[in-house]
Amino acid sequence: MDYFSRFAPPHSDPMIVMSQFAIVGVMIAIVAGLTYFKKWGYLWNEWLTTVDHKKIGIMYVLSALLMLFRGGADALLMRAQTAIPENGLLDGQHYNEIFTTHGVVMILFMAMPFIIGLMNVVVPLQIGARDVAFPRLNALSFWLFFFGAMLFNISFVVGGSPDSGWTAYFPLAGNEFSQSVGTNYYAIAIQIAGIGTLMTGINFIVTILKMRAPGMTMMKMPMFTWSVFITNIIIVFAFPVLTVALALMTMDRLFGTNFFTMANGGMDMLWANLFWVWGHPEVYIVVLPAFGIYSEIISTFARRNLYGYKSMVFSMVAISALSFVVWAHHFYTMGHGVMVNSIFSITTMAIAVPTGVKMFNWLFTLYKGKIEFKTPMLWAMAFIPIFLIGGVTGVMLAMASADYQYHNTMFLVAHFHYVLIPGTVFAVLAGFTYWWPKIFGFSLSEKIGKWSFWFIAISFNLAFFPMFITGLNGQARRMYTYSESTGFGPLNLLSFVGAAGLAIGFALIVYNIYWSTRYAPRHVTEDPWNARSLEWATHSPVPEYNFAITPTVSSTEAFWDAKEHGKPLFQGSYEKIHMPNNSGAPFIMGVIFFVFGFSMVFSMWTLAIISAIGIFVFMALRSFEKDHGHYISVEEVMETEKKCEVLKNEN
Amino acid sequence: MKIDHSLPSEYSTEENQLKILGFWIFLGAEIALFATLFATYFTLVDRTGNGPTGSEIFELSPVLIETFVLLTSSFTIGLGIHAMRLGNKKAMMSFFIITLLLGAGFLAVEVYEFIHYVHVGAGIQVSAFTSILLTLLGTHGAHVTLGLFWGIMILIQVKKRGLTPETTNKSFIFSLYWHFLDVVWIFIFSFVYLKGMM
Repeated sequence: MDYFSRFAPPHSDPMIVMSQFAIVGVMIAIVAGLTYFKKWGYLWNEWLTTVDHKKIGIMYVLSALLMLFRGGADALLMRAQTAIPENGLLDGQHYNEIFTTHGVVMILFMAMPFIIGLMNVVVPLQIGARDVAFPRLNALSFWLFFFGAMLFNISFVVGGSPDSGWTAYFPLAGNEFSQSVGTNYYAIAIQIAGIGTLMTGINFIVTILKMRAPGMTMMKMPMFTWSVFITNIIIVFAFPVLTVALALMTMDRLFGTNFFTMANGGMDMLWANLFWVWGHPEVYIVVLPAFGIYSEIISTFARRNLYGYKSMVFSMVAISALSFVVWAHHFYTMGHGVMVNSIFSITTMAIAVPTGVKMFNWLFTLYKGKIEFKTPMLWAMAFIPIFLIGGVTGVMLAMASADYQYHNTMFLVAHFHYVLIPGTVFAVLAGFTYWWPKIFGFSLSEKIGKWSFWFIAISFNLAFFPMFITGLNGQARRMYTYSESTGFGPLNLLSFVGAAGLAIGFALIVYNIYWSTRYAPRHVTEDPWNARSLEWATHSPVPEYNFAITPTVSSTEAFWDAKEHGKPLFQGSYEKIHMPNNSGAPFIMGVIFFVFGFSMVFSMWTLAIISAIGIFVFMALRSFEKDHGHYISVEEVMETEKKCEVLKNEN
Repeated sequence: MKIDHSLPSEYSTEENQLKILGFWIFLGAEIALFATLFATYFTLVDRTGNGPTGSEIFELSPVLIETFVLLTSSFTIGLGIHAMRLGNKKAMMSFFIITLLLGAGFLAVEVYEFIHYVHVGAGIQVSAFTSILLTLLGTHGAHVTLGLFWGIMILIQVKKRGLTPETTNKSFIFSLYWHFLDVVWIFIFSFVYLKGMM
């Protein structure tokens, strides 16, 4: 029994015990349900072993939605705790754990996979490819992310959550001040998911460079594909820094090294630097694809070409370069000199220039357009002003001397939520609504979609705008409570009301999925938005092989030109199509990585070594495997195409 | 699978070209990884706490042997790829075997070096300097170790299946990896050992 006591969370309270029972209950229900409905085979053959980029994309988005609710529950608890002065809902320790997991889950396990999910579904279609360059690797990326996320998520019921903030600064995150295994979870779970992300980065760079349809030069790629391309370059150069930082953290915590310790020459500030050298580019990893999504949506619903295509591309290149030279602005007050602060101040403010260029390009795209306010467009329209507030307060924070007043207050919290929520969350929700009919062949309800939009857009401002004020009045972030005499009470209550409104808005999105799946009319049209780029040129839902005939492209808006100007997209005849085979290996690899991670967290060395060997054995087996994929015959292609045509003509 | 015979075998299919480009990008990520380790090393090199400094523990002869052995192995794998392009399977395999033996020799000396460090009181837990020194060397050494196993797998496949577009592709990618480890070692030799002994 003693052996198992290590798995008990150190600060158990009724809420955590309830969660433990709920998790076990849900798992039993899932297993029972799958067995009762005899869906194990379906799950394994169609999803767990799939290498199809569209299905992998769907799994990414589903996981991201789940994580949105996990992180959202944390957020609601935080707002509830601070809604009134000296509230006793959570104690200090529990509050620390919740804001830590909220940050990690939302950035790494919600925003990133949501973006990566959409890029999985859309990019190969936008460039007219059959799949990504390395389909099997793509599946492995997903399963590493998934099991990394699951490992992180079990922390609060097994062994305790990390509690030193999502930035995990040393010495707080060291063994001396963080004694539970929580911070081990942080180091190892993010590491596993990060390996997956790095592979995604390599995969998509090769896909975009080498697999574009004939005629599609780099400067004729749709803007979303451009944004994904640049994002993945940032991933490839930023994620290794995180890999190293987390590895050094793991060694400090498990093997007694002295990288970030306070004794024997260790340097705690080194962690802060390494973390943010990855962390700031990470912000652009989630924001640039969002800019790409908005570019697609704004030009579609304004019925105009995207204004300033070239300047859009160059501004993204500039942003990606600048993103690597601003990291020190995250800790102006932590002891570097005036010179360093001044330089980072200037580079930080410089980012506002290319971002401003993009803003004006979107506005000029709208100018004289025939704007149609469908749900995706509403998100894009709300994004522009709200993100502007986030950007302007960002310039305020960029001024090092002024930052001494703002830093570590709720003002900062308000700022980055004003950047990340319109900059990423609105974008993925817009993209989700926009590409849903592409994936599933029917649209989400506009009515419920608009309700959820208004709920979220209004509640968001209600929840976060008051923080600007309380922050300027001196309310520190990450404080679990405050006294009544501070006067922070009423505005914090308002924030809580906003948070509750946000919860309703997100619940409406789930309801919309449910309602539309049951009642929305099917096979109405394959082009519901009158869209412009190549992904809409094939059937919705997309057949396994994407395009029966590889399209030939001559402009940035190939599909629009085909529709409006009669330029032929598909020349040539049907040929047999080469497709990759499904494989269970990526899923099993994910499971082994999970076991490895878990045993590392709890320093169970025998199991760790066995599972590490298992990982290498799987890599070796893969090397010897002969897998040449399979062909879809011309007859099969013709049959599928015919079926799609029949469905299309029924309406 | 369409095979383009005008290109060298390792580039002759579309899949092969994708894999080579993908591996180059992976090496880009590896450069970022080692650059981070080097940056950390430069930051912590003088933070020796109560432990020894570099000049107190570095020994020239094992380092020179390691350098000589690894640089030679980079040359022999180059000869191996040349033999592969000429279609000479036997010569190619011989050069690969020599390469891997040299790699194993490198590792043996490095293990000796590590034992020496622990022996003179420069274990990984002693100071920030020893932590990053052994981590940087260890990361490189782990890459070489992985390379040994990888190389053996490829040799078995070449022996069994001959020089097909698949096996030549794997061998070529492996040679890129091996050259990369050599480049990293040159940086370690210059900026860790030479600078440390000056």
